[in-house]
Amino acid sequence: MKTSFWPLRPKRSEDAGAALGEELDTLRGTICEMGGLAEAAIREAMEALVRRDHEAAAAVVRRDRRIDALEAEIERHAVDIIGRCAPNAADLREAVAALKIAGVVERIGDYAKNIAKRVPSVEDSRIRPISLLPEMARIAAEMVHDVLDAFAARDARKAAEVTERDAAVDDFYNSIFRSLLTHMMENPHNITPATHLLFVAKNLERIGDHATNVAEMVYFAATGEYLADRPKGADTTLIGADRDHG
Amino acid sequence: MEVASIGLLVLTALAAAFVLLRWRAPAPAQAEPGGSANLLAAFEEPLLVVRDRRVLIANSAARDLLGAHIEGSDVRLAIRHPAAAEHLAGEGGEEAPVRIELVGLGELGRPWEMILTPLPDGSRLVRLADQSLARAAEQMRVDFVANASHELRTPLATLIGFIETLQDEAAVDPATRQRFVGIMAGEALRMRDLLDDLMSLSRIEAERFALPRDTVDLKPLIEEVRAALKPIAAGRGIRLENRAGATLVGGDRSQLGQMLANLIVNALKYGRAGTPVRIRLEDAGPDLISVTVIDKGEGIAAEHIPRLTERFYRVDPGRSRQVGGTGLGLAIVKHIVLRHRGRLEIRSRLGVGTRVAVILPRAAVT
Repeated sequence: MKTSFWPLRPKRSEDAGAALGEELDTLRGTICEMGGLAEAAIREAMEALVRRDHEAAAAVVRRDRRIDALEAEIERHAVDIIGRCAPNAADLREAVAALKIAGVVERIGDYAKNIAKRVPSVEDSRIRPISLLPEMARIAAEMVHDVLDAFAARDARKAAEVTERDAAVDDFYNSIFRSLLTHMMENPHNITPATHLLFVAKNLERIGDHATNVAEMVYFAATGEYLADRPKGADTTLIGADRDHG
Repeated sequence: MEVASIGLLVLTALAAAFVLLRWRAPAPAQAEPGGSANLLAAFEEPLLVVRDRRVLIANSAARDLLGAHIEGSDVRLAIRHPAAAEHLAGEGGEEAPVRIELVGLGELGRPWEMILTPLPDGSRLVRLADQSLARAAEQMRVDFVANASHELRTPLATLIGFIETLQDEAAVDPATRQRFVGIMAGEALRMRDLLDDLMSLSRIEAERFALPRDTVDLKPLIEEVRAALKPIAAGRGIRLENRAGATLVGGDRSQLGQMLANLIVNALKYGRAGTPVRIRLEDAGPDLISVTVIDKGEGIAAEHIPRLTERFYRVDPGRSRQVGGTGLGLAIVKHIVLRHRGRLEIRSRLGVGTRVAVILPRAAVT
């Protein structure tokens, strides 16, 4: 697509380079399309949960197939590029990152699908943490949104910034975990819906983790360096368990 | 000989200038749509030209919104929304523009409308229209109705409660009954005040674009309002300091009177007991006159000031209720000032007091 200003015929290798660049660009475009679907799945699954809309939830589950199909397409395309074009270091990094990111985005879509599947099971629950979940979902969805923006722009700084927000999602998870546990202890009737809500919270927490993983890959693909490890807190589930079991 | 050498010199200079110009301002990458790129750059809304899934041109608004990388890249790197991706990936060929609602371009949750228009050469123009203002206006209307109903409901609930008690005649002795009727009268008056304010607000809003035609002299008007408010002032002075030359403004006399009354009543309600309220008239430029209402009181914290003219916004809801505020006083003032093409300035210091200035255009001297 790019033509140089200086009216010289590009050499053959540059032609090949341009073709490879275009193929990588299409590959990245497919990943963005997939990411857009995953983002929409999170939003729609949470809306279905809050509104108890079984119809919308079923639609989210159905649309997950499209995400899976795109992942397969990306895999085929990436392998094809690597095999056919013998890309140099930076391009190879990009192709490999695409492969890995597609896998993670597919997982994010699965978590959204799982949330949607639980919508019928939390029917009529009057449990309060359901009001915390949308806020937690907003932060997780924002991480996914921003990391996809960072991916599209090859913006290493924005990617690094996304990883810092994971702690907020973990905090939400711990708070929801404790509160749901209290509900279960108060009234055994709450156990079934509370357990489903707990899984919803866990799914959101995993979405945050995966957004962080994507951010690390985006950082690597853009800079060729690994993002410095964040100081990790103790395992989120265990914190809750320790406190609550005394 | 000389002519020839000069000619040669000029030619060389021209060629050099030509090369230099080309070098300084390289032509846009795409030869054909280059001219249209300049045209698109003039628009403030984000615009893209897309062909075969690639972004050929993105104007600067689009690059600001979607990132500088989008020009020349796959369109899905710019807009990955499923509904949009579906349409953009298609072959085109649609005859009429397609409109699609998108949420979350740029920031998460921000609403947009994407309008796809087919161009004669097979590419497509993608226009992105920001819907957030329209949504905000819609939200405000919904909030207003909800707030107004809530405000009316509170006194109504009190009234009904007392009426039910009074219906059981045996349970209430005459003294209590008298007290109840007093409270009921107070609540009924509150409802009337609120309805009055709501009605004048909607009247002022309806006339918002009609410039008032009469000429009003502010000085006698202030005197009038001052006299009317004397019973409420409870011994606190309302002083007028006139430093202005001419005090004529173009305006609607009854609306300006209402505006002054609202400001002075606020100053009386929220100023410290025993301190006077001052009204200062002064020149604010050759064509402007300002009326400032100054009180000595606790003042208002800075974070509340931008929101004071919002309907039903209250710094301290309990206190507003106690002094009988409707929550609409300053909203009415703002709308009157807007209709008069004026400006409202609120300044306050905690522990010192508040000054509210209204700056109005002077009446044209005829």
